[in-house]
Amino acid sequence: MPFHIEVNHLCKQFGDIVAVDDVSFGIREGCCFGLLGPNGAGKTTTIEIIEGIKTPSSGVVLYRGQPRTPQFSQQAGIQFQSTALMDFLSVSEVLRLFGSLYRHTVPAAELTALCQLEEFLERPANKLSGGQKQRLLLALALINDPAIVFLDEPTTGLDPQARRNFWTLIDSIKAAGKTVVLTTHYMDEAEILCDELVIMDHGRIVDQGSPRALLDRHLPLKRVHVDWRGAQTPALTSGACERHNGELRIETASVEITLQELIALQVDLSTLRVHNPTLEDLFLKLTGHRLRE
Amino acid sequence: MRAFLALLRARNIEFFRDRSALAWSFLFPMLMIIGCAIAFSKPDPAVFRIGLHGDIAALQKREWLRPDYLEKISFDHLETAQQRVQHHQIDLLISIEGTASDGSRYWSNPESKRSQALLQLLGTPLATEFHAATLHGRPVRYVDWVMPGVLGMNMMFGALFGVGYVIVRYRQNGVLKRLQATPVKPLEFIAAQLVSRLWIVAGVNLTIFIACKFLLNLLVLGSLALMLLIFVAGALAMISLGLLIASRTASEEFAGGLLNLATWPMMFLSEVWFSLDNAPVWLQRAADLMPLTHVVKAARAVMIEGAGFNDISGHLLVLLITTVVCMAAAARLFRWHTVK
Repeated sequence: MPFHIEVNHLCKQFGDIVAVDDVSFGIREGCCFGLLGPNGAGKTTTIEIIEGIKTPSSGVVLYRGQPRTPQFSQQAGIQFQSTALMDFLSVSEVLRLFGSLYRHTVPAAELTALCQLEEFLERPANKLSGGQKQRLLLALALINDPAIVFLDEPTTGLDPQARRNFWTLIDSIKAAGKTVVLTTHYMDEAEILCDELVIMDHGRIVDQGSPRALLDRHLPLKRVHVDWRGAQTPALTSGACERHNGELRIETASVEITLQELIALQVDLSTLRVHNPTLEDLFLKLTGHRLRE
Repeated sequence: MRAFLALLRARNIEFFRDRSALAWSFLFPMLMIIGCAIAFSKPDPAVFRIGLHGDIAALQKREWLRPDYLEKISFDHLETAQQRVQHHQIDLLISIEGTASDGSRYWSNPESKRSQALLQLLGTPLATEFHAATLHGRPVRYVDWVMPGVLGMNMMFGALFGVGYVIVRYRQNGVLKRLQATPVKPLEFIAAQLVSRLWIVAGVNLTIFIACKFLLNLLVLGSLALMLLIFVAGALAMISLGLLIASRTASEEFAGGLLNLATWPMMFLSEVWFSLDNAPVWLQRAADLMPLTHVVKAARAVMIEGAGFNDISGHLLVLLITTVVCMAAAARLFRWHTVK
């Protein structure tokens, strides 16, 4: 089966600056695909080339195995990173305007309920809170019942509760079988939402795969922490062990064997913590710097 | 078509909800007209003006035409000179054509007090040599003359700035980029902007025109329908020019500069405030390239000369060509967002 979207050897140059440097990947139909990277990594440029907003310097984008036609805009839903809306139009008027631009649209009531717009339908669109505006922009991205939805940093600037609400919305979009392409610099967001990830830095792909596969490949060891009052660092067969501020840190491939060894040493396990590596750790390892630097 | 109508409707709603812009588009021209009416309401200086036509050299030999309180103005065309008598712009017109005695005539205007006074003054020598004739007509005040210019100028500002700034602001804040992500075509978008502005500008101008007609007892000899046609043709040309100016830039400052560059020369050279009759020919030719010149000349001809469609068709044609050229260029050059 061909990919829903396929990107081959994409390059984009702005003057002397190479924003996207030979990027290739495929997006399966119905999956939630994440482009992960710090600010300036080339995520937005890449997603906007796929959307057809920007033209690449070289490389091709295929939609269902074919070059994109003008029909593509009927089948794609797009939420940009920051968009102002028309001055003086209410939320319902903005929805009606955008609805008129497409051949096929979702019934207004359905969309309003899905994106929770009921309480501010008659408010001017430029007087919404951050979370309300993002929900309206998401509604605009879904108004044509698209097969593929592009979300460029949809939760940037939202408070934690609004972000969680937004994740629930994205889950329901995924449940409807739509392909979701998402850029983010939030690790937790990528881990929770994405089935597939591409990690970008300086315009290049650092690695790609499912979050689990990426972590297993690059960070197979888990870290076990436990308080340690003994005079000497014990020698464990299950992993390297080091002492630090009154605790033991053990890098292990098997938490079970490490625990068995600690029990045999009669260590008090009440202070035990197991740290699973996160995408943040992965990113640090792959690029040498943190995501939100 | 559905997309076009939706965009048109949205733009109309925005305009009417933007109270400050709405108020300004009526208030500004009203203030200008009232200002003009006050500034130019004092009577003309007390010097008699006599138009001379035909064998002017022979006329100038007449002893009774020598006094320097008589300002003599030569005319090549009898019709133009007669119109001046009708509009009280000259007090008397004397003409010698050929050698036949019926070729020597003079015209006065019974509705002009100064024309009558001058007739009393020169009555005897005139009556012995010339056949008398009269021409009727009310005076053309400066406000009658300047009003078509003010209307044209108001249309120019409303059209150019109204459409230009909106598009540039929408490009700057990403509204255009959002529309680009929909199936809307550039031509659909700019056509909706054009039509929305067109009826607003033409409607505002017609309202002000009718208000002034009654408020200032404006001289309108031609037809109202023809005035509306001029407003529509003029607004189309100006809006198209505005769309062209706003076709690419995302900087309001730069767009403002371009819009000023387009409007200021027109304001001074398109005969809004003064006639270019005595200006160098090259300047007159340059003014002919400006759409406002044609709006003002056509409106003035209809209002104070009672011109018909055929008389102003040349001006309308120029406005139509300006519209087509600017719209085609704007649609071709249009960018949803600036290329970084």
